Amino acid sequence: MTTAPEQAPLIEVRDIVKHFGSVIALSGVSLKVSAGEVLCLLGDNGAGKSTLIKTLSGCHKPSSGEFLVEGRPVAFSSPRDALDAGIATVYQDLAMIPLMSITRNFFMGREPIRGFGPLKWIDFDLAHAVTRDEMHRIGIDIRDPHQAVGTLSGGERQCVAIARAVYFGAKVLILDEPTSALGVAQTSMVLKYINLVRAKGLGVIFITHNVRHAYAVGDRFTVLNRGKTLGTYAKAGIAMDELQNLMAGGKELQAVSEELGGTV
Amino acid sequence: MTTSTADLATGASRPADPAAEARDERLRRVSLIARLMRRPELGAVAGLVLVTVFFGLTANPAMFTLAGVMTVLSPAAQLGILAIAAALLMIGGEFDLSIGSMIAFSGLVFGALIVVGDLPLLAAIVATFVFAGLMGAVNGQIVIRTRLPSFIVTLAFLFILRGLSLVGLKWATGGSTQLRGIGDKAGQGVVRELFSGQALEGLFAWLAQANWIAKFPNGTPTVTGVPVGVLWFLAIAALATYVLLRTRFGNWIFAAGGDPNAARNSGVPVNMVKTTLFVLTACAATLVAILTVLDAGSTDARRGFQKEFEAIIAAVIGGCLLTGGYGSAIGAFFGAIIFGMVSIGLTYTSFDSDWFQVFLGGMLLLAVLFNNFIRRKATGER
Repeated sequence: MTTAPEQAPLIEVRDIVKHFGSVIALSGVSLKVSAGEVLCLLGDNGAGKSTLIKTLSGCHKPSSGEFLVEGRPVAFSSPRDALDAGIATVYQDLAMIPLMSITRNFFMGREPIRGFGPLKWIDFDLAHAVTRDEMHRIGIDIRDPHQAVGTLSGGERQCVAIARAVYFGAKVLILDEPTSALGVAQTSMVLKYINLVRAKGLGVIFITHNVRHAYAVGDRFTVLNRGKTLGTYAKAGIAMDELQNLMAGGKELQAVSEELGGTV
Repeated sequence: MTTSTADLATGASRPADPAAEARDERLRRVSLIARLMRRPELGAVAGLVLVTVFFGLTANPAMFTLAGVMTVLSPAAQLGILAIAAALLMIGGEFDLSIGSMIAFSGLVFGALIVVGDLPLLAAIVATFVFAGLMGAVNGQIVIRTRLPSFIVTLAFLFILRGLSLVGLKWATGGSTQLRGIGDKAGQGVVRELFSGQALEGLFAWLAQANWIAKFPNGTPTVTGVPVGVLWFLAIAALATYVLLRTRFGNWIFAAGGDPNAARNSGVPVNMVKTTLFVLTACAATLVAILTVLDAGSTDARRGFQKEFEAIIAAVIGGCLLTGGYGSAIGAFFGAIIFGMVSIGLTYTSFDSDWFQVFLGGMLLLAVLFNNFIRRKATGER
């Protein structure tokens, strides 16, 4: 961390290409995200969002292109590597286990332990206290850290997953469509939390195909189409409907939108 | 808040804060009933109470004397050792249908090492456990690498091991399906006492002297000790419960069974956890084999017949879900005791003991319905 230049973005990728056999999933994607910034990654289905996330989080190795973390080139071989580098991904399917308690989920794979010898035990006093504390910070009043994650609402679960990543020292959060399955109130809860995370100085990559949600929290917008970046725009430089058209490939949607009285 | 990662590993994170937070008045106390409902073994405890009341009303009072309790605990212990291992494996999201056959096969390996191989008892025991562990690892690796359901893979081993036991017995004995003389050749000593006969005889003699328990006119107690299998059963139940609820490995078992992908994404070594659990079930089967073979002095091809189903039933009565990720070791412990009470208890009543299987099936069905209901309540699933 000390050797990196002051202004180096947390994550920068240049011309990332990813082939799966003869299928070209990504054909030259570039983006960067700095500390204290929310980069929205927009794209319709099949634009290559999922492949890009999986590449950034260490699940896939890029076929070619540059991948820099804080100015230094990296080559992740597993999600663990990416996690160790401070890149945490909150997947759409949440990586939460509904039947397990909030505490057990929060510390899954990174349980705090005490004691000696082969029978070290989990420090549940600490784990419960931390869980309650962290949930409290983001405004979720959990009655009891023993309660199963399955009893939480979808928005709360997303927030727990994000809180977990933040607690374990993520520098960059990759959020894979965190609002796609949520209602209005729950969505605003998650968006508010994204705002909070940015204020803490983390970089956020927010993947969505909902322009409205993106515009609410994003600082910059990168639009993906057919495995390529169509461009990156600062919030000041683009209006919401322009963004919408860009994402859907322009003209056709505009025509449909006019047909439907501008409601798309 | 961004600096707390490293501290956590050393357990030194934010000292004063949690204590203050714990007294937050907005966190209302969770009612006792709600907390009980969340325990997976609640059904088994309720079942045990029910069964005890039933036999209390219908059975000969002899069942509830010390001697009666020991006759119930003996078969419960044998089944319970298997059921606890099977429960851990089920919570980890897999089945092992080969444990019954594994008992016969381990019994054969153990017997042959002593009778044919002339090995001392301790060496034979160690070798049998190592061999069983390898078999368990093979089961686990096949399941993990092929991603086939463990149900099918271990069903294959149910037949393979049962068949091999027959073949091996005929080879070892020159044509018979029973290998005799193990008890005589095993000799006496400390190792033998760990795996056969009774324990705590001194304590029972002392209790009889103090008139705490029933004794014969000559002063010896009517029950001279606890079968060692029962002690193994208690120790394993305590250890398994501790590991499951209090250790990191226990958390990984729940995680591996609840959602293997989510667990992997969070850094849980799912394959290692599952392989370890398969090794443990094979070793539990071997422990039962050694205990029963040393007590009987011989082994045969039918040893452990259908024990895999009984073990899974006990685990389910104990609150394990068939889908994994939920259950308890202490529940399997109670499940096995229910099993022992019903199988032995019917002989103390005027009912025909043929009712046993009807009773068993009924218990299983009731347990599954109850568990399903409880799980929905506990997780708020709709």
